[in-house]
Amino acid sequence: MNLLQRVWRSSLGKKYLMALTGLALFGFVVGHLVGNLQVFGNPELINSYAHFLKSKPGLLWGARLGLLATVAVHVGAALTLSAANKAARPVAYAGGSAYGSSWRSRYMLVSGLVIMAFVVYHLLHYTVQLPAVNGGLDFHSLTTRLADGTQVQDVYAMMIHGFQVGWVSLFYLIAQALLFIHLGHGLSSMFQSLGLRNHVWGPRIAAFAQVASFAVFLGYASIPVAVLTGMGGDYVKNLKKAPTTTIETLR
Amino acid sequence: MKVSLKVWRQKNANAAGEFKTYASPELNPNMSFLEMLDVVNEELSNRGEDPIAFDHDCREGICGTCSLVIDGKPHGPHKGVATCQTYMRSFSNGDQIVIEPWRAKAFPIVKDLVCDRKSFDRIQQAGGFISVRTGSAPDANSIPVPKENADLAMDAAQCIGCGACVAACKNASAMLFVSAKVSHLGLMPQGQPERYKRVKAMVDQMDTEGFGACTVTGSCEAVCPKEISLDFIARMNRDYAVALIQGDPKQVVGGGAG
Repeated sequence: MNLLQRVWRSSLGKKYLMALTGLALFGFVVGHLVGNLQVFGNPELINSYAHFLKSKPGLLWGARLGLLATVAVHVGAALTLSAANKAARPVAYAGGSAYGSSWRSRYMLVSGLVIMAFVVYHLLHYTVQLPAVNGGLDFHSLTTRLADGTQVQDVYAMMIHGFQVGWVSLFYLIAQALLFIHLGHGLSSMFQSLGLRNHVWGPRIAAFAQVASFAVFLGYASIPVAVLTGMGGDYVKNLKKAPTTTIETLR
Repeated sequence: MKVSLKVWRQKNANAAGEFKTYASPELNPNMSFLEMLDVVNEELSNRGEDPIAFDHDCREGICGTCSLVIDGKPHGPHKGVATCQTYMRSFSNGDQIVIEPWRAKAFPIVKDLVCDRKSFDRIQQAGGFISVRTGSAPDANSIPVPKENADLAMDAAQCIGCGACVAACKNASAMLFVSAKVSHLGLMPQGQPERYKRVKAMVDQMDTEGFGACTVTGSCEAVCPKEISLDFIARMNRDYAVALIQGDPKQVVGGGAG
């Protein structure tokens, strides 16, 4: 059997895949957060960053396909493992939940699946930019000019408009809370699965998982909270009058 | 003191089981949990009823035969003890105690509270041994073992193979048992020749037996009567990764001396 088959057919091998793809996805989560936090700067900052990403279609699609494959492996291993785990206990106990287990560890599958549903929705919202998801506004119509005169999409306005819709922000915050739960367990378990943990490093890794998952939650949650409390409100109001910006269809 | 017992009764492996409730006779609080069951069983057989079948042997916490999930926790309310070392003084007069067998696909129920743990034996047979010359005992200290390794190997070797880790795990995973067996041999110089072959064979047998995978919930460590640490699972994962990358050893074709 070749290496890939050996890895996929073994329960431990699949746990290695879960850990490695989980690590890659955590890397994306951090990178995406750093990109998003530029919304707290001048609108030009995030607009030029978004334009920079879009101007490299090779890199962009490479990253997208890579992420898609990573998610596919992570979810595929999770679903097959959890099916095997359920089959391993055909008759449940009469009383109570698993003794001594950490509560986050019991919700990995459900938190993961809701996060995945959120990601699909999030892609429809800001990547495909379906007007129906934005409360009717077509994000493609939001454009602005950078300092050098290039006409680009106004990503800053898009984010402000998006999060001004109450239920959009609520779903976003719920997904971030679930990501916090998921990462709090996942970030420490990946070290255990890969065997990179002992009695000295165990508590340090657990502390890192707590701090990192909470930092990610705070970072992401700060954006909708800032928008809902008024950030960028004047900017999008002025858009409608400004000559350099056009909103063609505001239904 | 008196308690009432809600016990899983199942005639045989194929019969459907159900909970039945029994009132205990007057008990001495210093009875062990198993002695309490003996007393209840005596009364049941005096009444002409089938006594409750349960596993037990040494009754001093070292053989790994007793089992029982007591009020949702394998081996009862205390930390670091087996069911046989659990005493009735840990319960209050009038308590209802729920008693269930280990529940796992790989531990099919034989009768009532007795389950078949031969899957553990098969895992052990797959690789839980070392190849040595048998016969007269070797000289003590003829093979130097670092003190730290000896201590750690002894911690792992404390595993009595009771299966509480499987019973507690929400995935019915046997990782703690297998990792203890893999580590206690893998840490010793005598275990080195078969180190990677062993971990591969034992983990593969564990998968074949239908145990679940580890999701690092920590339940196993919390109920283990010998307090085996999750660190051994990390150690096994490390060794298994090496074994997985190495693959099965190539068959030696021909050759040999002469």
